[in-house]
Amino acid sequence: MSNLALFPIVIPLIFAAVLMLFPKNLKMQRAVAIAGVSATLISALVLFSKVSTDGIQAVTLGSWPAPFGISMVSDMLSVLLVLSSTLVTLFVLFYSIPTIGVKRERSFYYPAVLFLMTGVNGAFTTGDIFNLFVFIEVLLMASYALIVHGGEKPQLRESIKYLLVNIISSALFVSAVAYLYSVTGTLNMADLAVKIPEIEAVGILTVIAVLFLVVFGFKAAIFPLYFWLPGSYFAPPMAILALFGALLTKVGVYAIMRTYTLFFTMNIGFTHELLAIIAILTILAGCIGALAYFDVKKIIIYNIIIAVGVILFGVSQLNEAGVEGSIFYLVHDMLIKAALFLLVGILTVIFGTSDLRKMGGLIKSYPLFGWTFLIAAFGLAGIPPLSGFPGKLLIVQGGFEGTHFWGSLVILATSLLVLLSVVRIFIYAFWGEPAKIVTIDRKHYLSMFVPTAILVALTVVLGAGAELFMPFISDAGEVLLNPSLYIDAVLKE
Amino acid sequence: MELVMSVAIGLLFMAAVYLMLSKSLIRIIIGTGLLSHGAHLLLLTMGGLGGTAPPVVADGVTVGDYADPLPQALILTAIVISFAVTSFFLVLAYRAYQELGTDNMELLRGTEDYE
Repeated sequence: MSNLALFPIVIPLIFAAVLMLFPKNLKMQRAVAIAGVSATLISALVLFSKVSTDGIQAVTLGSWPAPFGISMVSDMLSVLLVLSSTLVTLFVLFYSIPTIGVKRERSFYYPAVLFLMTGVNGAFTTGDIFNLFVFIEVLLMASYALIVHGGEKPQLRESIKYLLVNIISSALFVSAVAYLYSVTGTLNMADLAVKIPEIEAVGILTVIAVLFLVVFGFKAAIFPLYFWLPGSYFAPPMAILALFGALLTKVGVYAIMRTYTLFFTMNIGFTHELLAIIAILTILAGCIGALAYFDVKKIIIYNIIIAVGVILFGVSQLNEAGVEGSIFYLVHDMLIKAALFLLVGILTVIFGTSDLRKMGGLIKSYPLFGWTFLIAAFGLAGIPPLSGFPGKLLIVQGGFEGTHFWGSLVILATSLLVLLSVVRIFIYAFWGEPAKIVTIDRKHYLSMFVPTAILVALTVVLGAGAELFMPFISDAGEVLLNPSLYIDAVLKE
Repeated sequence: MELVMSVAIGLLFMAAVYLMLSKSLIRIIIGTGLLSHGAHLLLLTMGGLGGTAPPVVADGVTVGDYADPLPQALILTAIVISFAVTSFFLVLAYRAYQELGTDNMELLRGTEDYE
């Protein structure tokens, strides 16, 4: 038993606490925040190599034996997500230094980001349902601070709604945990996976599974429950939006992925059918939004919803191709969403507006930026050999192998709509008559563009080198499809 | 006892929903408070209300007599979290009232800078 799994959670926590001591010292704030995230990244890399050689790492806190103590479990899926979320945070941090503004930097911006990271990494690592609730609250608390950070009028207005939605979903979470505990008598995920198949009352367990789907669906923004997302995400500045878009909904998606493969598998005919239908409806609803707006922020925000649907459709198939595709697409989506938000962030800085109709002709003055944007847009839509392609291919294949070929058809068709929605940004902003642009000096532009371009380059590597990453992805998929691996790793510790 | 608790929880949820559907922000916040109280009581009730002895090994106490310690630990955590969130919400509401000049949710729809 090694404590390595805890490092990506503890390191940002400590650094965040230290950062709160000297809020006014800007240079130190930046340096310590970057050092903190880099240290987390290194620990995540070490953990990654440990998991890929030695298998699942499980820690039970306080050395209580597994079902009684709180377990922290790092399998391939969770370590991949920890790694990519830390990577995204690092790049967003570099991007926020020039863009977020001194006023925000002086009032605990960096500690809030690091607390957010603590919550996200914790939620990916935990092996206990109630502990998952606690970590989700940690990241929500940090996200409340970030969404209202700066106190502009739209931010205050939207964060009230964001807060209210999340309080309601947290209360539902506690209720769902209560029901689960009364039926099974345990909250440890591995123990649940052992106990649930032994329980004959499938009906009540199905109700609980759907209740959990509602709870996580609020966070993940699935079909009827995504209503809060476009408004709330529209308010904060771009760096914060990139963090939220890349990380927060993914925690909900991960939670659905974990619970619906590990233990809520007693009535697949109902729960996973429901998940598949909701996933497809989520994609369609997201497409309508992505095409309806002329605002670059809104377009990418609705693309978050589409991606959530695609990933969950893969999970609902519960076969090798579908689940592996979902994992690949999840990692891809974290990187590409962050990259796209940062790119449209630069667009809005250059034009001084986020309205597409007031943009145009940028390809002449910023050619490299234009082509980078096009690559990211193609990557999002899944054009081979970019990173959206392998994941989507596997998910579609999973749908054809399973019973939901119609879902795969919808995903294929909507890929074109996704492409249209982002290429529309490219056409409006980069082609046509040059519109009025704000002059920004070269250094400022480069300090925004370089981290973004590196992030885009990383997604290209992920796509073109997909063959290299596939062994890890199939490792992660294997654990999801064979819960016994997870159970053995936790309970035999 | 479980029955009484269930009715009480139902009433709390009902009152919470009623308050949260109103337009005034402060009523909504009180509603969220009631909602989390309901959820916490539900957690306690679902863990089983039986048990006469504290969950400590002692002479003459059989396994059936112990009260279940887990729901209590869970509730403690959940109460602390809901306390923190409620206080944050109150501060946010006050600040929003100062900046926006209203606590009426009808006026906080907010798409005016946007078609």
